[in-house]
Amino acid sequence: MKVPLSWVREFVPLPASLAAENIVDRLVSLGFEVESVQDLRNEIYGPIQVAQVLEIEEVEGQKKSIRYVKVAAHEERYVICGAQNFNVGDFVVLALPGSVLPGNFAISARQTYGKRSDGMICSPRELGMGDDHTGIIVLNPKQPGITKGSDAIELLMLNDIIFDIAINPDRGYAMSIRGIARELALGFNLPFTDPITLAPELPLNQNPEVTTPQLEAGADFIVLRSIEGIDVTAPTPLAMVRRLQMAGMRSISLAVDVTNYVMLECGQPLHAFDKSKIAGNLKVRRAGKTSTLTTLDSQEHPLGENDLLIADENGALALAGTMGGLNSEVTSDTRSITIEAAHFFPMDVAKNARAHKLSTEASRRFERGVDPQLPLLASARAIALLIEFAGGRYLGGKSDGAPSPSSAISLDPNYVSELIGGHYSHDVVKSALVNIGALVDSNNPIWQVTPPSWRSDLTMKADLVEEVARIEGYEKIPSLLPPSPISRGLTPLQKRARRIAQYLADRGLLEVQNYPFISQETIDRMGFTGARARSYRIANPISEKEPLLRPHMVPGLIDTAVRNMGRGVKSMALFEIGSVFRAPETIPPPPTVGTEKRPTPEEIAALYASVPHQMLVVGILLMGEAQRDSWLGKGRSYGWHDAIGLAQEIIEITGHQATVHRSDFTPWHPGRCAELRVGDFAAAHVGELHPRIIAHYGLPERSSALMLNFGALPVVGPTQVKPLSNMVPTIQDVALVVPHSCEIASVINALYSGAGAMLEKVELFDRYRGKPLAEDEISYAFTLTFRAPDRTLTAEEVGTLRDSAVAAAASLGARLRG
Amino acid sequence: MSGDLRELISAANRAFDQAKNLDDFKSARLAHLGEKSPIALANRELGKLAPKDRAARGQEINSVKSEITTLARTREEFLITERDNRILVEEQVDVTLPTRNSQRGGLHPLTILRDDICDLFIGLGYEVAEGPELESEWLNFDALNIPADHPARTMQDTFFIEPLSSKLVLRTHTSPVQVRTMLDRKPPIYVICPGRTFRSDELDATHTPVFNQVEGLVVDRKITMAHLKGTLDHFATTMFGDGITTRLRPSFFPFTEPSAEVDIRCFVCRGESDDCRTCKGEGWVEWGGCGMVNPKVLIACGVDVDEYSGFAFGMGLERTLMFRHGISDMREIVEGDVRFTAQFGVGR
Repeated sequence: MKVPLSWVREFVPLPASLAAENIVDRLVSLGFEVESVQDLRNEIYGPIQVAQVLEIEEVEGQKKSIRYVKVAAHEERYVICGAQNFNVGDFVVLALPGSVLPGNFAISARQTYGKRSDGMICSPRELGMGDDHTGIIVLNPKQPGITKGSDAIELLMLNDIIFDIAINPDRGYAMSIRGIARELALGFNLPFTDPITLAPELPLNQNPEVTTPQLEAGADFIVLRSIEGIDVTAPTPLAMVRRLQMAGMRSISLAVDVTNYVMLECGQPLHAFDKSKIAGNLKVRRAGKTSTLTTLDSQEHPLGENDLLIADENGALALAGTMGGLNSEVTSDTRSITIEAAHFFPMDVAKNARAHKLSTEASRRFERGVDPQLPLLASARAIALLIEFAGGRYLGGKSDGAPSPSSAISLDPNYVSELIGGHYSHDVVKSALVNIGALVDSNNPIWQVTPPSWRSDLTMKADLVEEVARIEGYEKIPSLLPPSPISRGLTPLQKRARRIAQYLADRGLLEVQNYPFISQETIDRMGFTGARARSYRIANPISEKEPLLRPHMVPGLIDTAVRNMGRGVKSMALFEIGSVFRAPETIPPPPTVGTEKRPTPEEIAALYASVPHQMLVVGILLMGEAQRDSWLGKGRSYGWHDAIGLAQEIIEITGHQATVHRSDFTPWHPGRCAELRVGDFAAAHVGELHPRIIAHYGLPERSSALMLNFGALPVVGPTQVKPLSNMVPTIQDVALVVPHSCEIASVINALYSGAGAMLEKVELFDRYRGKPLAEDEISYAFTLTFRAPDRTLTAEEVGTLRDSAVAAAASLGARLRG
Repeated sequence: MSGDLRELISAANRAFDQAKNLDDFKSARLAHLGEKSPIALANRELGKLAPKDRAARGQEINSVKSEITTLARTREEFLITERDNRILVEEQVDVTLPTRNSQRGGLHPLTILRDDICDLFIGLGYEVAEGPELESEWLNFDALNIPADHPARTMQDTFFIEPLSSKLVLRTHTSPVQVRTMLDRKPPIYVICPGRTFRSDELDATHTPVFNQVEGLVVDRKITMAHLKGTLDHFATTMFGDGITTRLRPSFFPFTEPSAEVDIRCFVCRGESDDCRTCKGEGWVEWGGCGMVNPKVLIACGVDVDEYSGFAFGMGLERTLMFRHGISDMREIVEGDVRFTAQFGVGR
């Protein structure tokens, strides 16, 4: 809300000594953010005077029309002007040499078009009075103060200060000069004159000529007042035009300007109907079957049946509280007017505005709550202003409904200190509440506080506490730490997530955080099917291309890699920890739960069940060089085995051991994909990416990836240590020839189980294919470490153990290499 | 001392001096201290002396042997040092050779910041609470006093999931975690809730549709707004340095009453410059929102409002990160440029 200081000063005597910054500081501490302060005095310097046009001469030989004009301000002079919208005798605004216009535009006498131009005739935009630059300002001579040489800065209020104040959604009352003036009065402890006292007493009556209101829905109070014999072409007073402009509105016509002016001043949106265009009673009702309304901005709106309308016998006249209709607009032919002032329910106007994408000055006020007592007085004020400026006769007024009274709130005055934590005496509490306009009955220990009619936001004692704390100033709240509670620190799962992240970072991987959005095209390209492809669709995605939630971590990592490759990075090891989203086939419907009390255990269970589980996973992408070529030797590229190794170690961090199994999941290379299981649970899929995916994205060859569902692995207790043997170990090497079809993990397992507990460790140190082995054979060389807990093993014992190990491997088709 | 023994010392000394390397020295030592050395022989001949002379002679021999041993040790030290000096110089390398030939890893700066904040609050006795990103409307809105027709619940602000009847949204704040915490446990509650949140804003320098928040919730007996202020001051000082405290400004949030915006003292000019670009000369920078938990929220979660009160606060992690590290464009944080993240490494 834009607030000119001069307007506020009419209702609160802010001393001239108060600087704009002081006012801003006080507003901020009262809870009103000031977005900008525009001090017009810093933007415009005189002399700028009212001048009368005496002669107009066209400058010949120009492409566009240029006028050489003789004007009389304080003295007579000639100026060049490009505008055409004025005639001899008109009063215009003349910036004299030496003046400065907004934008640091200095005016000086200059030679142009072969003439001397001794100043400039100004357009509204040049004076900072809006965007209009279609012509120069032509002043209405009937307005007071329009005489040759008078100071235009004073006349056009170009010396005001405009505060642009952000109003929080709970403070509808402050969307008015009335509200802001009241806040400044209590903020600076000054007397406040309520602008609504400017409204005359205009009685309602049952005059049949007055339009009759009829409330059916969406409002609890409406007042209609009618006036006839009005000259709607009468000009809007300059002061009113300027105030509307400074408040960010345009002057349209006297009738509209008056309703807007009263709205800005007291906060009550009003609407002026051409009375002759209303057929029968004026109803506030739901649209029902009424199908369309063309609003003042000439837009045709199809209506929803629950839209709230102002309507007559023939149909819709206005979208209630939002915008008037074109069919009942006040035009230059209008002779009689009906002013509508109603108290619409915030929710109905909010729905109207949202459904029709019409956020208007009126709807914004109704949505935030308008003083229900205002319709009577604001409509009277508007009628009085219309009669003052446009003549006419008041026909009378009628109302329907009644404003609902505020209910009292019980308040233990000590509660303020208890909730805030400072000391607020009963006197302080009472005076703050009285200053905001509340009625305070403090005769009993528990007070009864009745909020003023304009404070529909005050409904409970915490609201009153905020008022007291705010008026006293939040800066008075002490700074204390609460009593120290008892914490168990991070949960095991939280520690696990941290350790995995730290481990991967320490291993040379870089963490990224990707948006969890994905396209169907990507899901298809990755080859996800079934449950792995079943994602959630966002009804209103940022990008129509990516309306789905990611069911997998790897695609996002690839996207990030591609983006980085575009910036010249060739090798990357990336990881991301977060949620992936796989929709179950059916989501349990959400329960209907109120908020007046704690939900029942069944309702809580149903609420939780209506939110499908989201897997907590880590995804990894390894591509390019793991080690660069360097003076130490040749580097090496990442491969599938790096990914499997990382996955195994991550699982070890969770306290589990994984077994590795061949797999053929997408998006991996079908021959180079492993599933890592913890027990029977598939905790990870890992391996080299499918060559087609590598090719599509232009990734380095052999890029590898994994996704590991670490959130699902059960928490295990502390590691229980095994006793360590201090006996000397015996080392034996064996070379086994194994058929290609045989997985080496099963051979290693056989070695262990064949030798039993004395075989401490099996390490593979060589792998060989080729002559003299058969084509489908591979030779593996192992180092076996044997050790007993209690004695040094004899050579004979070790030989027997080794033979048993080899025999077990032989049962899988392995043979000792001779 | 007998002259013959004295002579042994000077002979050994001469021999050691003449040894110019460790090999020569070893033979010299063998000759003068070994089993066949004169001093060893002298010792062996002790038995031939009359018992009354033995003690005195024995003492003399021991003292001579000890002296020769000392001479040997000194010479050996000297020769070792001499050899080391020669060989170690030969083995000198260029230690400025580049030694790292693999990528350096790193945590995302938001992770580092989140963990730091969690640790700070764990130190204050809080626990860390987390919840799902895909969340029920009731937990994200209704329970937080944001009724069905509230503007925040429009498509302009919130990502809704199809079908709309599922009443699932991408959580717009981490506050549903507060609700879950109050439904799941009894007061006293001291939790910090970090997490990813979503709002349907286009990505620009100061907005991202996917961002991170950290919220705090305290519900206990006699909790006051002064406790909130004290907690925020401690938080700000820890995050931004000594002297950076907070200012509360009255504001409005549906889930708190009284409500406040949290500003921090401008960490660039500390309120001492009229033309500071960071705070635009205001001396304060907006950081987050806070307030006393609205009784309606406590009631919806089953907390007895006659016995307990609480406070809550929330900040954007991205914004906090921008403040701390001088990042002017939020896109740098979310674009996943590895060069950006690598600057933070695995720590600070």
